[in-house]
Amino acid sequence: MIHLSDVRKAFNQGKPNEFWALKGIDLSVRAGKVTVFRGPSGSGKTTLLTLVGCLARPTTGRVRLRDRDISGLPERFLTDIRRSTFGFVFQQFNLLKGISAVENVMVPAYPLGRCRTELSARAHALMDSLDIGPKAHSNAEWLSGGEAQRVAIARALINDPEVVIADEPTANLDSERSKQFLGIVETLKASGKTVLMTSHDPLVCDTEVVDHVVSLRDGQLVDTR
Amino acid sequence: MSPWLHKQRNLLDFTLSSLSRRRGKTLGMMAVYTSIVFVLASVMLFSHAIRREAATVLAKSPEVLVQRMVAGRHDLIPARYLDAIKGVRGVQSAEGRLWGYLFDPAAAANYTLMVPTNPRIEPGKVVIGDGVVRARSADPGDLMSFRAHDGALVQFKVDKTISRDSALVSADLFLVAEEDFRRLFGIAPGLFTDLAISVRNPREVTKIAEKIDAALPDTRIILRDEILRTYESVFDWREGMLLVLLAGSILAFAIFSWEKASGLSAEERREIGILKAVGWETGDVIRLKMLEGMVVSLSAFLIGYLLAYLHVFHFGAGLFEPVLKGWAVLYPKYRLAPFVDELQVATLFFFTVFPYTIATVVPIWRAAIVDPDTVMR
Ligand SMILES: Nc1ncnc2c1ncn2[C@@H]1O[C@H](COP(=O)(O)OP(=O)(O)OP(=O)(O)O)[C@@H](O)[C@H]1O
Ligand SMILES: [Mg+2]
Repeated sequence: MIHLSDVRKAFNQGKPNEFWALKGIDLSVRAGKVTVFRGPSGSGKTTLLTLVGCLARPTTGRVRLRDRDISGLPERFLTDIRRSTFGFVFQQFNLLKGISAVENVMVPAYPLGRCRTELSARAHALMDSLDIGPKAHSNAEWLSGGEAQRVAIARALINDPEVVIADEPTANLDSERSKQFLGIVETLKASGKTVLMTSHDPLVCDTEVVDHVVSLRDGQLVDTR
Repeated sequence: MSPWLHKQRNLLDFTLSSLSRRRGKTLGMMAVYTSIVFVLASVMLFSHAIRREAATVLAKSPEVLVQRMVAGRHDLIPARYLDAIKGVRGVQSAEGRLWGYLFDPAAAANYTLMVPTNPRIEPGKVVIGDGVVRARSADPGDLMSFRAHDGALVQFKVDKTISRDSALVSADLFLVAEEDFRRLFGIAPGLFTDLAISVRNPREVTKIAEKIDAALPDTRIILRDEILRTYESVFDWREGMLLVLLAGSILAFAIFSWEKASGLSAEERREIGILKAVGWETGDVIRLKMLEGMVVSLSAFLIGYLLAYLHVFHFGAGLFEPVLKGWAVLYPKYRLAPFVDELQVATLFFFTVFPYTIATVVPIWRAAIVDPDTVMR
């Protein structure tokens, strides 16, 4: 459903510290599958995720979402697509401090103008399904790493996106929690979602739920399976 | 409810929880802001009310006053001048007034003595303003005695106290009968303090004044409009002084609020990044920040204005009474008639709420156009 052709991304283009993080990527991500980007640190995994997830635009090359070329769209449209199509689980989870977990979950839905009671019902249901129902009203910064991640996942799912994007989802978790996360990925896949993530972790790359592993090195694809 | 309404409601809810999560900053800002609005609104309300007060008083005073001048000083005026004035075309009525000041050693205060003609006061009785009531703790039925010009004792029985529609002016009033007034000061019958004249057509006032001046060359003629203008300029001047003093603090506030509101902390920057990454449009983020600014400035405005209202109309504007009122001797406490001018409220609103809201939004605008992918780092 997502196709990249000859995508390159430069940082600080035209300046002395110009750096090409991606040097020509051709890639297709299939709907309903779980794809993992792996590679050494600095190889461009996160950068690739930001391009696929409409958080950034490629310097050259094209990104297509289904049949629509989205690489040249203005910010407004990208936001729209991002909101309706992608849900993000960030590496640092990036929860908003000082507000409750359930409010964090609802934040992406606010601009859509949904009724607040329905919204809160949906947020609670999501949190229950992720076993963090009892934590709904605790402050976001009091949550443990695993809980925070599940709150972040609930937040990614609140707008019911087709694609869930997770950057290094297991980097901050012990192997027990990592397995739990992969369990969640399995249910996501079972419910028809496309999952994209990056990982160094062999535990992640070698699990059954993962359909494709894309290996990167120095901004180029080295291997796909 | 429409999605639009839901959206606004959700944004407002989120705004409130955002504000409460930065409680320290929000409250500090509100406190400074509220006190600025409080001071500004107090000055405005006070000066406006006092000016209206003066206007109310003057509305009751005669349109033209005639005083006799002897050697450049105000002197008593003989009753026969009245005939000359009544002969001038356009004069509706003319009558002699008796008034003056009386120093009361017991209270160490000056009273304004007047002889009202309608209704007349019975000889031996006095009607007093509530400033006098307070200075002498006199109640109806009490006796007050004064020494007349020749040393004889003159006694008054307090008849009643004046209900005040204008406290500023009626507080020191001491109303007596004509006989008593003349006895106190030794003024012969047929002499008055000045003459009050009303005219048939207000537009002819200056014409008539000129004619009186021509007929009675040793008089000075005072028009009500002139007094009004003098009052205005006195108050304008005092108010202006206060405002100049305030300008300094307003400037300080502007700088302070700019700094506070416009300095985006790393934390706020991160939050904006998160909001954008999870699907908020730049416009939504700005709307949120604008709401934050508006909630802070609006509530500060309302609280500050309310406090100012209480300060001026219920606590006698205690904070700057000395500056604005000046010559008060007998007015330790009084209440102005409450009065709020819409234009004034609007002006104050515009100069406080508006700049602050803008100050909060400008830096956000810069931050909000940053690419959302920064939160991935
Ligand atoms: N905004 C930026 N400006 C300059 N260079 C950047 C920027 N963002 C990323 N880079 C560089 O691009 C390269 C790829 O970064 P990226 O974050 O995609 O790597 P990664 O594969 O995710 O690494 P890690 O496994 O450590 O997360 C890195 O060398 C990084 O320094
Ligand atoms: Mg990375």
